[in-house]
Parts: sequence; structure tokens; C-alpha cells
Amino acid sequence: MVNLISRLCGKISPLSIKDYKNNKGFKALEKVLFKMEPEDIIDEIKNSNLRGRGGAAFPTGLKWSFVASEKNECKYVICNADEGEPGTFKDKILLDGCPFQIIEGMIIAGYAVGAKTGYIYIRGEYPKSRNILTKALDILRNEGYLGKNILGKEFSFDIEIRSGAGAYVCGEETALIESIEGNPGRSRFKPPYPPNQGLWGRPTLVNNVETLANIPIILSIGSKEYKEYGTESSAGTKLLSVSGSIVNKGVYEVEFGITLREVIYDICGGLRDNKKLKFVQLGGSSGACLPKEMLDTKLDFDKLNELDIGLGSGAVFVSNEDTCILDFIKSTMEFFKHESCGKCTPCREGNRHIINIINRIIDGDGTERDLELLNSLALLMKDTSLCGLGQAAPTALITTMKYFSEEYIEHIKGYCKTGSCGKGEF
Amino acid sequence: MTDIRLNIDGFDITVNPGTTILEACKRLKINIPTLCYHPDQDIKGSCRVCVVEVEGNKNLVASCCTPVKEGMKVKTNTKRVREARKNMLELILANHNGDCLTCVRNGSCELQALCDELNVRNDNLDKVYSKLPIDNSNPSLVRDLSKCIKCGRCIEVCHKVQGVGAIYNVNRSCEMEIRPPLNKNLSDVQCVYCGQCINVCPVGAIYEKDDIEKVWDVLEDENKHVVVQVAPAVRVSLGEEFNLEPGSIITGKIVNYFKKIGFDKVFDTNFTADLTIIEEGNELLYRINNGGKLPMLTSCSPGWIRYIEHFYPELLEHVSTCKSPQQMFGALAKSYYAEKNNINPKDIVVVSIMPCTAKKAEAKREEMNNEGNSDVDIVLTTRELAKMIKESRIQINDLEEEKFDDPFGISTGAAVIFGASGGVMEAALRTVYEVVTKNELENIDLKEVRGLKDIKEAKVKVGDLNVKVAVANGLNNAKVLLDLIKEGKADYHFIEIMCCPGGCIGGGGQPIPGTNDIKEKRVKGIYNADSKAKIRKSHKNPAVVELYKEFLIKPLGEKSHKLLHTHYKDRS
Repeated sequence: MVNLISRLCGKISPLSIKDYKNNKGFKALEKVLFKMEPEDIIDEIKNSNLRGRGGAAFPTGLKWSFVASEKNECKYVICNADEGEPGTFKDKILLDGCPFQIIEGMIIAGYAVGAKTGYIYIRGEYPKSRNILTKALDILRNEGYLGKNILGKEFSFDIEIRSGAGAYVCGEETALIESIEGNPGRSRFKPPYPPNQGLWGRPTLVNNVETLANIPIILSIGSKEYKEYGTESSAGTKLLSVSGSIVNKGVYEVEFGITLREVIYDICGGLRDNKKLKFVQLGGSSGACLPKEMLDTKLDFDKLNELDIGLGSGAVFVSNEDTCILDFIKSTMEFFKHESCGKCTPCREGNRHIINIINRIIDGDGTERDLELLNSLALLMKDTSLCGLGQAAPTALITTMKYFSEEYIEHIKGYCKTGSCGKGEF
Repeated sequence: MTDIRLNIDGFDITVNPGTTILEACKRLKINIPTLCYHPDQDIKGSCRVCVVEVEGNKNLVASCCTPVKEGMKVKTNTKRVREARKNMLELILANHNGDCLTCVRNGSCELQALCDELNVRNDNLDKVYSKLPIDNSNPSLVRDLSKCIKCGRCIEVCHKVQGVGAIYNVNRSCEMEIRPPLNKNLSDVQCVYCGQCINVCPVGAIYEKDDIEKVWDVLEDENKHVVVQVAPAVRVSLGEEFNLEPGSIITGKIVNYFKKIGFDKVFDTNFTADLTIIEEGNELLYRINNGGKLPMLTSCSPGWIRYIEHFYPELLEHVSTCKSPQQMFGALAKSYYAEKNNINPKDIVVVSIMPCTAKKAEAKREEMNNEGNSDVDIVLTTRELAKMIKESRIQINDLEEEKFDDPFGISTGAAVIFGASGGVMEAALRTVYEVVTKNELENIDLKEVRGLKDIKEAKVKVGDLNVKVAVANGLNNAKVLLDLIKEGKADYHFIEIMCCPGGCIGGGGQPIPGTNDIKEKRVKGIYNADSKAKIRKSHKNPAVVELYKEFLIKPLGEKSHKLLHTHYKDRS
């Protein structure tokens, strides 16, 4: 465990600007406003190898440079605080623990890309965090960190807060933009990408909370020192939200390169009640389910990429031997069926058919043909869905069919070794 | 910007930047399957049937919404692509009732054609389509959600082209449905019954109310004297249903057909189009000379009338009080014609063949009757007529041309152009000019107001007066002019508004598809018919002159007011 991005969370009073400044808060902003040109800031972020912490892991500096190179009077910076991925609660720690750090990151982003307006899109289920943010913004406006001519510099930037009504898909950047525009949260097709045409058709930078929280740190300590954390391909740290059948649940900041085994057994104290680990789902409900044989997998973008696995939001869900794979997949797919926006065919239609088939198998009416159907539906969704939601929805299904295929076959034969899916209750 | 070079299925091609993969494929004569795509609409990218493989991309990409890139390598016909498309169609079919054999779009359904072309032969998934009842709550349109494939084309046309917004995406995920909000029926919302949603629907989820059987019934009733009128736009489009080029004129064959199946008289709506010009032209002059409400707005398009009644009732005084040609025809058939031929009006049945679905609702308006006899009894669309012809087994293409019956069979070129946007305006000005100046109008083609352009303007010197006119087609364009009137900025004398894009040739009852390319051909057919007409000005129509002499006495006279003019209702 390290304390880099989350170093102030729980250590200072979140709305005390004095506490924040006493701990080097706003040093990065002062530095960039008075000593750096926007292009130098972007270069520094590029050099840091920072990649997006929301799930897609896109290189942050590159994204900033796309927005900066757009010639448009009006650009936007959006902080994506719609933390909706099941099992993910790390942004909340940052939002509640040190809101100034995120806002400082946003102001710097605005200065670097040439935006005057920012939005924080925070999920409707975080009313307390929204309240804290509202107060934080008021304080910063009074202190001259937001509004016209920030710190006397010819740079103006202000931030508004927007909330969704609970749709998971609004965490997807184009659906989020639609929602801010007042439309139902439905993803747009890309291109055009938000850095070219985003909010109200203007160049828009959308960054996750954790990504933005990294910005003041990188600019304070410099990209060189920052890169000393993590691995060569994955610089810095990651906030993991660990939950499930483990002893110590919570949010932990770790350096990239750590293995799942270290996270689960060294940091989180292993499984509760001395149960055996069945699988770890990495990245939330849209993530892969990995068997215990893969516990030594390192959390590193390139290493995971080789295995066709994403780190996603950094959620680590640990499941013990009592879990029935089919029962678990059924709940996962129920979630996606509920959350699909309904725009594109594969996602709108695919989820419910997968659930129908899983139900059939659980009820003892499944056949080998059903497994083929599951496979082709899952691949179709992954391969053709319009946005990340539909593409990632079948990840758990695909990975469990790969690593726990025998359990599917057992169910078709009328047997569930855990007994937890309701099989055998006649 | 420099051209983009890419390779599709092994063929190199150079295209302009911004071209989509779909368009580039079209250039190479590779016909990518599509469903939500419509050539006259925004790209939606939602059905995902048009997926292709792009080298370097992990997933398949939708070709309709993906622009080409330099050096791109595209594969459109791999096993992966073919299977994805088939599986996609299977998903769509599972949420579709699949009653092809009894479907109104059997044979003209894009989903049906695609399933055949892409060799979809499996039906592995559970049927999950909507079991909601069919919405046939209104006189014009029927919606069947069990066939809707959620492509969103109808929503776009309703909101963006017509500015009406009667239907929305309701709910999300697999519960997403396209329908009026709050579980309402179409009759409970501000639908104008224009039927443009039908024209863009790829399947049979929306269609006109079928009135064909009613026509067969009255034709077999010996106590009824059944007359039919044919609208101008029908004659240039019906042929499309019988494999003729759009714009082919088959008026004489239609007349022959009606005589064969037993109509007592076959008349032409063009006759009352000429009459409309006389009444409306005189109304315009009356308003100009007596300080009446200006600009005056045309009133022939019933979808447009419903629109202004719903959305701009405060401007209703601007609307001409003239009934539409369809209604004028009915009113005269059951008065002048009945008297002249000594037939009891109650025994007369007036059937109209219209390019329009809103005409069905117009005929049912309570004020459209005379002494308890409704002006028009049954309205069929162009598409319904085609179905009727097919059902009767008569080969219309093989029929000889015949002439309309007297007295409502004589018409002018000015009447036929009613079928295209700008036509009413051009016809009116031909007459107004000559009535006011008493001189012959030499150049009678008013080309500024022709064509599919959204809003058209012209100025014509009529005697001492510079008449300024505007023409709009599609209700969202009408809205622009209405807002100008509201702001007091519309210094026009006369505005023609047609509800449907392109005018009646693009009506909601016309053959499908009716893309802009096809509409242009229909427009061409209309102006061809006009240029070939012997008489091209409404006031020169000898039958109309006779009608005034024998019956109506004078334009805007007492009889005209009773039979040919109407009033409107605030429906907001």
C-alpha cells in the first residue's frame, strides 16, 4: 500500500482550505499558472504515462492534447464522478476525503486545454458527496481559485455540478454528455470523439475523478518522480475497491505491478471463515472472472492486455467456493439487462436472451445447444455493441465459460455442486 | 483536404475525407445491409446490421457511422461478419412477431428482404416481442409494436422533419418502445396523422387504416351511386407499385381501371383544385383589398391544418377558409352533381384516392358535411389503391388509357401541380395575375417556388401590387414561417404550406420507398403533366366557368360559403 493520491483522505478536514494548503495544496496550480505554458503541462502529463483511471485506460496526456489542439472558443472539462460500476467506491473516498485535489486537477486541465467551463457529473446516489463538492466550489470561488482571473492570472474557469438519475450507462462518456445536455442517457456512436465534438458539439475533455486527482500530484513532484511508482508500462498508483468474501473490505491505494494474491491475502487478510477462493472479478460487473490459478497476475496494463483482461475501474470482487457460477452470471446479466439504454440491437436484445438461457439451464432444461447460443450471443454483444456497456456486459459470462466450463456442463447434466442456484429444489 | 485511400475486400479506392465506410462500399458496388440507415436521415448507428471488419480494430465496426481513414483495410464478407449480421437479425426477429404472410408490408419489408438476402434460416431464440394491443385509436394510422424493430426512423421524421413529436423512445433496455408518452394512444397526443412515419418505417409497425373493404362493399351495393376522385399526386406515383419508373404518368389507366371495377363515375380532384384556385385567389384579393389578415395561409393540406390547430391556434385567422380540393369535390358531388343528375345525395358515395393519410381524418371532421351528408365517405391512399388493383387481379399496365367523366373530369395544368410543393402558389398566381390585370400572363412558369427546397420565396408584380409569397414543405419549415408571422416579421401576402416534405408527392400514403431521389422524379412527372396540358390556368377551365354560371354564381358567394368554405378549431 502507498499513500500518494489518497494521501490527504482522512488526514485533513475535507472542506478546510487551510488544511489543504498546509499540505501543499494548490502548489501545482500556482506552479502551472505562473511558471508553465499549457503545452508544457500536457508534455509533463504525457511524460508521466498517466492513463485514465475510469476503466478504459486511455493515455491522459494524449487525450488532453487532442482537446488542446482543437481550435474552438468554447471547450469543456468534465469530471466523471458517475461511479456506477458495481463494487467500485474509490472515487467516493477521493470526493469525500479531498475534494479540493480533484477540483485543482480540473482547473489545471481547463488551463491546459483552453476550457473556461467545467462540469462535475456526480451520480445521484452520492448526495453527501455532492453536498461536499457544492460547498468546496463555493469556498474556492470566494478564495479566488474559481471564477474570473484565477489568482490574478488572465485565466477564468468555473465549475458546475450535474447529477444523473441513477443510470449506469451515464458513466460512459458520451451518454454522460447526453445527460448533461438534458437528454436521456444514451451513448453516441464514436467518432466523433468528445475531444473533437463533445458537450453541445464542442471539444470536451472527460476525465475520471481518480485521474484528475493524480494531476496535482504529478505536477508537484514531477513526472520523473511520479514514474518511480508502479511499473514501466503502468506508472503511478491505483485505488482498488476490494469487496466480497474477504476479511478486510475497503479502498486501498497500491502501486501498479502488485499481484492479485498480494492484494487479497497480504492487504485484505484473505477470505472470511477460511473459505476457499473460487474466482476474482476484476474491474466490476463488466470485468473478467479469474480463477485462483491466475492470482499471481500482476496489475499492470500491458500484462493484463496480453491476457485480454482489463483492470477497469479497479474493483476487486472476491468470491468463495459457495458461489454458483450460473447464479452469479444470472445476477450480473440481470444488472446489464436493467442498465442497457436500449439503443443498439445487441445490447438491448442480447442480455435478456442470455438470462433466458441461463434460467433454462438452472431450471434443468438446458442443452449443449444452449451453451453454443450463449457463446454466440456473448461474442455478438462484445463484437458489435455500440458502446462499452454492451461490449463489456458479457465479459463475466465469456470468462466463466472459459475458466469454469465444467460447471456449465454440470448444470446441464442437472447438478450444482454449490447448491446455491436453486437447482435440485423440486 | 486530401483524398483518403483505403482498401475494401482487396480493392483500392480513393474517397473524400468524411466518407463513411458504407458510402465507400457503395462506390465499389458492395451493398452493405442496413436497417436503421435511411438515405434522407441522420446516421443512427443503432441496428448494428451494417458491421464490417476493420484491420487493427478489436471489435467489428458499424460501417454507417465510421468514417474512412487513410490506409484502412476493410473486409465486408468474412465468416465473422456474416455470422454477426445473421445473429443480429435473429435477435431482431425474436423481438418481432414475424407474421409476414398477413403483414401489410409483405413484399416491401426491409427486414424480410434482408433476412432472405443474408440467408437467415435459424430461429433459435425465444420470442420476446411486445404483446401490447394494436393502437388503432385514430382514423388514419395504425401502430403495431409487435413489429417495431426500434430503428428510430419514425421518431426522427416526427420530431426533426415535422416538428410534431408525437412519439418517443419510451423506457430503456429491452423494455424500450417507440410510442406516445405516458402510455397514451396516438389519438390522445398531438399527432397530425401525416403518415411520414409510415414512409420511413422499414417494417410493418406503422401503416394506414385499411379502408379497401368498404370500397368493395359500396361497389356491390346496387342502391348506391359511387363516384371516385383521384388526387394529382397519385397519378405520378402509383406506377411505382407496378414496376414503373417513379414519375410515370398513368392517369388514363387508373381511370380505365375504376370504370372496369364498377364505379358509376370517375372524376378528377384536379377539377376542384382549379376551383380552389378561384375561391382562394379571390379570398386573397378580398383580404388584400379589405384589410383582412395577411399573410394568408393555404388550407389544402389536412396534416398542416391539424398542426396549426394544435400548435399555433392563435394564427388560425391567417388560414384561408377554403376547404381542400378533396372536400370541395365531395360537397359538389352531393349538391351540384346530385341536382344536375337527379340523384338523392344520400345515395351518393364519394370515394377519394389520396397520397395522404391525414385525408382520412379530414373526411371525418364533423364540419365537413352538408345537411347531414358528409362530403367524402371513404378515403384510400395510393398504396391502398395499389393493393386493391392487385387484389382485383386486373393488370393495370395492360389497360388502355381512358378519359375522366364530365363534368368533374376537366382540369388544367394549374391543378395537377397541386401535387408538388409550390404548385398551389404557382397556380394561384397564374390566376390572380390575370384576374387583377386582365392581361395574359406570358411567362407562366414560376420556377422559384418549385422543388424540394425547405422554404422558397418569390415576388411577382401584379398590376400595381408587388405580391410577395413564400412556400414551405414539411412542418418544421412551416414553423419557421409561423414564428415570423408571430413576431410580425412576415411581410408576405400569401404563404403555401404543405405538411409533407416535397408536397403531396411525398405524402404519407405514397408508395414506399419514397426517398428524395424518388420524390424528385415524381415532381418531374407533375411538371411534365402541367407542361403538356392544353389549358394551364385554373380560371380558363371551361367546366369551372360553367359551374359558376349554373350553380355557384360567383366566387365567395353564398353557395360557395355554404359548400366550399369551412372553419377551424383550437386544439392546443
